[in-house]
Amino acid sequence: MDMSANPIIQLSNVGKSYGNISALKDVSLSVRQGEVTCILGDNGAGKSTLISIIAGLITHDTGTYAVDGKAMHFNSPRQALDLGISAVYQTLALVPLLSVWRNFYLGSELMTGVAPFKRLDVKKMQATAGEELARMGINIPDLEQPIGTLSGGQRQVVAIARAVHFGARVLILDEPTAALGVTQSGIVLRFIATAAREQGVGVIFITHNPHHAYMVGDHFMVLSRGEVETDTARANLSLEDLMFHMAGGAGLNALQHELHRNEASAPV
Amino acid sequence: MRRQVVHQPLWKKVLKRPEVGALGGVILVFAFFYVMAPPFRQLSALTTVLYQASTLGIPAVAVAMLMIGGEFDLSAGVAVTSSSLAASMAATEIFGNIWLGIIFALFFSLAIGALNGYLLVKTKLHSFLVTLSTFLMLQGLNIAITKLVTGNVATEDISGMPGFNLAQSIFASSFKVGNVNVSIAIVYWIILALIGTWVLLRTRVGNWIFAVGGQGDSARAVGIPVKKVKIGLFMVVGFSCWFLGMHMLFAYDTVQSGAGIGNELLYIASAVVGGCLLTGGYGSAAGSALGAFIFGMTTEGVIYADWDPDWFMFFVGAMLLLATVFNGWIRVRASSGRK
Repeated sequence: MDMSANPIIQLSNVGKSYGNISALKDVSLSVRQGEVTCILGDNGAGKSTLISIIAGLITHDTGTYAVDGKAMHFNSPRQALDLGISAVYQTLALVPLLSVWRNFYLGSELMTGVAPFKRLDVKKMQATAGEELARMGINIPDLEQPIGTLSGGQRQVVAIARAVHFGARVLILDEPTAALGVTQSGIVLRFIATAAREQGVGVIFITHNPHHAYMVGDHFMVLSRGEVETDTARANLSLEDLMFHMAGGAGLNALQHELHRNEASAPV
Repeated sequence: MRRQVVHQPLWKKVLKRPEVGALGGVILVFAFFYVMAPPFRQLSALTTVLYQASTLGIPAVAVAMLMIGGEFDLSAGVAVTSSSLAASMAATEIFGNIWLGIIFALFFSLAIGALNGYLLVKTKLHSFLVTLSTFLMLQGLNIAITKLVTGNVATEDISGMPGFNLAQSIFASSFKVGNVNVSIAIVYWIILALIGTWVLLRTRVGNWIFAVGGQGDSARAVGIPVKKVKIGLFMVVGFSCWFLGMHMLFAYDTVQSGAGIGNELLYIASAVVGGCLLTGGYGSAAGSALGAFIFGMTTEGVIYADWDPDWFMFFVGAMLLLATVFNGWIRVRASSGRK
């Protein structure tokens, strides 16, 4: 991890509101190469709004969003994608009945030959998909097998590997472990760490599981009702702290006091 | 670094193909009629069977591609007749020229396909409903317009028109192999099935067709023009209907306006027996040819065996049921991966 490197993307005091309702307020965030930034928060905390802004699905109202130091206002996810900012959503954009290698290249197929005999370069796609997956530490014995027959964790890592292969510098992973069991989550978490450390990708990892976040995160941001509840590097934070903030932080303290007082004043 | 590609034994590769069920069916049905019907064993019987199969198989290739793309076309059966009628009446009543009639019919058939596709993507209705509507409308138009124009339920004989001989030699001639007559429709059918297979497995559009039918949202997410692919597929079906329609026109010289009803289900049945999933995203163009071959053998086999031809439909139904159950079973076994 190289903290001195310039951030790939940098958000300063970014905010977004819908009418009177502020969905996101004063969020500052930078993502560097090889760094995993975890964004945690309850439902409705503003995680989706934040990643939608980063991925170019919606634009921010206040603050600045800079990519490589240049301020941006994306009109479409395509623009973000062209700058290497790629999102992998829970639906994964995979076709279950298609083989692993066809899914890997879907929409960006390699071609060979001249019209009208222009055709898929099947050999090259099979070989490259195999090499790329192996290089990123994903072992799939048969690339011809339909991707729907892979486990949930394997499908998730293939989708992430595809984004990395097609030039992602910043990967936004939207709750990649939410629907997975312990073993499958392990596959995905291990891969997130590999993608960041070995491929040098900046990762934004959205989750509501502090245990998963703490296993791979370098930097943690907890959102609560559209505002930053905590924003700190791993060195300054223990898992207990993170769980505490996740559970409600200062609000939880107040609640605890209140309950405690009720308990004390209750007739014994 | 581990090497990822594991080479599988050939039989496992074959078993994973969608058309394997149909191949088994071809062997079984062939063996059945070979034993039951002595005339079925002659070479001339085989060409008759193949001809029967080609009249189902030409549209079935396109219908299979459409089904892989996730849609149905119930209008394909009457659309064949519509195309013949359009060519015949346009040639005799409007242009006075056979070739202009043929070209008019081509645009007409492509337009029906495009309309089906356009209505589908605009209304977002199920293709079953959209094409059922076109089916019924075409069925009505076929008879109504024919009566209006010719005062009869069939069109005039066009065999006397200039250019007829050339058109007939292209669309409906036959040639001799040894001492049996082979219809050129069989050749076209096999060529179309080969082209369809190549397009599906080896071209970008083919890859997109599988993706569009398999998981439309994912296809859209990776930038595939889902609507264009669907409209294009309906137009391919339109083209196949035109092609068979021209064969029918030049094979019989006149067109019965009520013909073709019910054939759409045989095209779909051929595609399904050939391995297409009703839900899309899986199937084979070559498989549809095998499916059509099975139905061709059944139609002719029943006749050679000297049974009542009404048994044919019973066989079609039974075959469809067997094939779907068998295909489903094979697919689960083959795609569950390792063993």
